[in-house]
Amino acid sequence: MEQFNQTITTAFISAFISIIDYLGSLFSTRLTAMDFIEAAYQTLLMVSITLLIGAVIGIFLGICLVVTRPNGLLVNRPLFRFLNTTINLIRSLPFIILLIAIIPFTKLIVGTAFGTVGAIVPLTIYIAPYIARLVENSLLEVDQGIIEAAESMGATPIQIIWHFMLPEAFSSLILTLTTATIGLINATAMAGAVGAGGIGDLALSYGYRRFDTTAIIVTVIILIITVQSIQTVGNYLARKARHE
Amino acid sequence: MIKFEHVSKQYERNGVITKALHDINLTIERGDIYGIIGYSGAGKSTLVRMINFLERPTEGEVIIQNQPLSSLSTHQLRSVRRKIGMIFQHFNLLESKTVFDNVATPLILVKESKAAIKKRVYELLDFVGLRDKAENYPKELSGGQKQRIGIARALANSPDILLCDEATSALDPQTTQSILALLKKINQQYQITIVLITHEMQVISQICDKVAVMERGRIIENGSVLELFGHPKQRTTQNFVSSVISDAIPTGVVENLQAIESQHTDSALFKLEFLGRSATKPVINELILQGKVVVNILFAHMSEVQKTVLGSMFVQLQGGQDDINQAVDYLRDHEVQVTKIEEKGINGERS
Repeated sequence: MEQFNQTITTAFISAFISIIDYLGSLFSTRLTAMDFIEAAYQTLLMVSITLLIGAVIGIFLGICLVVTRPNGLLVNRPLFRFLNTTINLIRSLPFIILLIAIIPFTKLIVGTAFGTVGAIVPLTIYIAPYIARLVENSLLEVDQGIIEAAESMGATPIQIIWHFMLPEAFSSLILTLTTATIGLINATAMAGAVGAGGIGDLALSYGYRRFDTTAIIVTVIILIITVQSIQTVGNYLARKARHE
Repeated sequence: MIKFEHVSKQYERNGVITKALHDINLTIERGDIYGIIGYSGAGKSTLVRMINFLERPTEGEVIIQNQPLSSLSTHQLRSVRRKIGMIFQHFNLLESKTVFDNVATPLILVKESKAAIKKRVYELLDFVGLRDKAENYPKELSGGQKQRIGIARALANSPDILLCDEATSALDPQTTQSILALLKKINQQYQITIVLITHEMQVISQICDKVAVMERGRIIENGSVLELFGHPKQRTTQNFVSSVISDAIPTGVVENLQAIESQHTDSALFKLEFLGRSATKPVINELILQGKVVVNILFAHMSEVQKTVLGSMFVQLQGGQDDINQAVDYLRDHEVQVTKIEEKGINGERS
């Protein structure tokens, strides 16, 4: 079975390579299919690692925002103000500026500010507050009546979050993460500025700077397909979570 | 059981102070089905939420089973809340969980064992008659079924008190009937004290033993349902009562009456009210048999409240002044409440 899968995968990849090579021969590009695959791998790596760390931090911060706000479950004005302001602050910076501004910090954390690893820190700092805001919105949409019912049952704040808010917001949280993933793919294009590579960087450095139109067209097609698929999968999972 | 002592509640918003409740004193006994009725904004919702301290009074004390709620720690308050079930107008079920999980939630919160939860949930689903819906999601249920699940959930921890916040207001009349019957069954079978708030007098007349009428944050009248229906004192109470027991003379009757009135000068118009025993006795028949006055029944209405018949009747008595007075005395002796209605009062009486 495994071997069969492997065969299929290999066949798929080789088909993909030949299609791109064929397209390349049609339009003439200096890039090979391997370049695209390597770039796609870099993007995938950046997006998945950042999404994982960013989602954990973002969901946590989002919950904090909801419970510490006035009329929340655990009102804490100073903490709410601090989080709210910090998140707004980070969110007001365009990614390319954030990326450069925190280079010293990145060096401190992962030892380098260059390459794929160097891009993960700024990408996380960029996406976590974004996820936090989206999570906050999702959780605020949970019917106040549900929270009231939970309180009337004698649930503790942690229980209210775990047994009531998160399950009720689950479908909306899936869409939140879908949006965040697409936002991340967007941001990785700029991570090329620190030599992180990736699909977006390929389009910029070859397509734009070397006038390789084919590189741009192929990148655009790959990006459209990727984003469409992610959104489709996200919508499907969200629908599943709503038991439709 | 439940006691309100000089409870007041005020909100402050943008420097404007709104008084939601004003010096509430109320005692609800164990096993009562206590109805709280009022128009929207009367403060009944705030009042019922004070029983489980979802709303805290700004003054006064709420005492549940001899424990003043304000003296409890957060932890103690939670365990008190577990013994107070609550159901809501919009059910407030978790849409993301099955019927089984919804009913199980209060038990999961107190970390019951899986086996115990399963047993209890099916027991409750049997009680509300929805065992076959265990694996369905709330959105697949009708309003009445959702409220039954809400009730099952509220009963999960075997509470002593059940709070009903407009529990039937979103339901059609037929479903309302079945939910009220279920509440009555809960009260009788488990001796659970029920406090329900509503704006429908029909609900009060069907299952409550006692009732409090609220207006602008105050309790303006309270007592046994029968008493209140029989002799409503306040204007608002009268309005509520008349929504169940029509006590206005139909316009057609009024027009006829004016025609008759012009012919007979030796007559008077009375409103007779029968309550309980007097409603079952043939008082009117005996009055007619005495033959001293002519009894002209203009309009009559009977209704049943708490298995007791309440009747009101408009009659015109014709005869000599002395005979009429005697007839009135006779009726009063037989526990009929008699009110003379002035002719001018006939038109547009009670809006």
